[in-house]
Amino acid sequence: MSGPAAPPRRVPAARRAADDPLWLKIVLIAIACGFIGLFLVLPLVVVFTEAFRDGVAAYVRSVREPAAWQAIKLTLITTAIAVPLNLVFGLAASWAITKFEFRGKSVLITLIDLPFAVSPVISGLIYVLLFGMQGWLGPWLSRHNIQIIFAVPGIVLATVFVTFPFVARELIPLMQEQGKDEEQAAISLGAGGWQTFWRVTLPNIKWGLLYGVILCNARAMGEFGAVSVVSGHIRGKTNTIPLHVEILYNEYNVVAAFAMASLLAFLGLVTLAAKSFLEWKVQQQLRETLEPTTMESLS
Amino acid sequence: MRWGWKQPSVIPGFGLTLGYTLLYLSLVVLLPLSALFVRSAALSWEEFWDIITQPRVVASYRLTLGTSLVGASMNVVFGFIVAWCLVRYRFPGRRLLDALVDLPFALPTAVSGIALTTIYSQHGWLGRHLEPLGIKAAFSPLGITIALTFIGLPFVVRTVQPALEELDDEAEQAAASLGATRWQAFWRVIVPSVLPAVVTGFALAFARALGEYGSVVFIAGNMPLKTEITSLLIVTKLEQYDYAGATAIAATMLVASFVILLVINTFQWWVSRSYQRGV
Repeated sequence: MSGPAAPPRRVPAARRAADDPLWLKIVLIAIACGFIGLFLVLPLVVVFTEAFRDGVAAYVRSVREPAAWQAIKLTLITTAIAVPLNLVFGLAASWAITKFEFRGKSVLITLIDLPFAVSPVISGLIYVLLFGMQGWLGPWLSRHNIQIIFAVPGIVLATVFVTFPFVARELIPLMQEQGKDEEQAAISLGAGGWQTFWRVTLPNIKWGLLYGVILCNARAMGEFGAVSVVSGHIRGKTNTIPLHVEILYNEYNVVAAFAMASLLAFLGLVTLAAKSFLEWKVQQQLRETLEPTTMESLS
Repeated sequence: MRWGWKQPSVIPGFGLTLGYTLLYLSLVVLLPLSALFVRSAALSWEEFWDIITQPRVVASYRLTLGTSLVGASMNVVFGFIVAWCLVRYRFPGRRLLDALVDLPFALPTAVSGIALTTIYSQHGWLGRHLEPLGIKAAFSPLGITIALTFIGLPFVVRTVQPALEELDDEAEQAAASLGATRWQAFWRVIVPSVLPAVVTGFALAFARALGEYGSVVFIAGNMPLKTEITSLLIVTKLEQYDYAGATAIAATMLVASFVILLVINTFQWWVSRSYQRGV
């Protein structure tokens, strides 16, 4: 972390009236950095230190173990199904919500956000109640030899549920701010619906879309609670990376647990970097798309 | 202009996109969630009440509520300071600090769970220094509070930060020129205008903490009646094939978190309305 006491940059005179004394700045920045360092950075440091405690060879061995490899594969498969599903949904939902005016829209937006309000454990539980042996569809499914709970489909479903709002939630405010003038212009100039979407809308929202996908992806790969309830923890079969971390940790296989955890922590760091970059990109694009309209209204 | 339930538009694709949205929403979210309520409705009121008032369950509510409250309050204090520094001060490393705030969102809960446990357990990085002082951090309510503080920080910072940015200096300068001290200006001018954001951040962190599972289970110790949070109790009931018990507790918890979110939304609506009236 950088040191706290930095000379304040030159500020406009108007701002200086509301300026804090230097000692207060130093104290507050020290508290902020200390808190972030202790609560946020230290856990991150622990993950990588513990993972490499017995050297690089031990680390590589833990990651290449068959059960670990299975967990990585299952995580990738789950994410590869859940993210595209929610991506298509996010596009459809934000098109319907931002390009049209209809009654009940705010209710729809609230319902889309619903999975964020549900505890991860409950997100898993509802699928057990639906598809489990004691659930509504359980007996029928087992007669037809279909297993959803304690199997891969359950893990995918729970992941789809917890990552459901991410893409839609990024796109709706962005597309709302961009308005629908460009689409209306394209349509009235004779473009088809798909053509308008690919040529006009998609280029306008690409960074926001990527932002939503990256957040969705991070959550899909790292989800623990919901997946833990539906997975049944069958080693080498229904374990995702976070579940494998738990098993290894509970077996006191600390180095292996942190080696797997470090993969997820690395993913988290990449997500953070991508997030910072995309936030900047989205803002830039929003300014670009909004500028022509502002200039028109001025002239 | 008068229109039915939908305003006419030249843009195509309304039927397709709204239809797909509603179908997908119903299949993935609404139908499974309704299963929870239908299943708990199958219990009689007495059975339901019996389950959700068992001593072990009540102890878990008390623990979850208490630690979530303390965690969210910690987040208000430190989250405000972090947001204040990020908005008001320019210092080297500010951008990095800003990006790090989102770490709890980006780091999977199981990872933060085992990392925090390794730090605060008896022989852990900090735990071994706390032990001689008689502070038992891991496997105690304190450990749960630490995990919930970790998980809730971004909620407060990310709601307070925009509010501080939007604050214009004029009121502050006016206060200063009228002879108010910096301290008075802070309490009388700044705090009232960012209070709604602080309350919202607190409530969001609190709501998240109530349902948190992954980062807490490792550090909690999970002793019934002592360090067992409600989420964990649901999992335990499920593992014992006590579906009725798990369902009833989950329904109670879900209703509680919906109520909190409803209160937040109403509060925000009320604040924005009274603000508009004031203008």
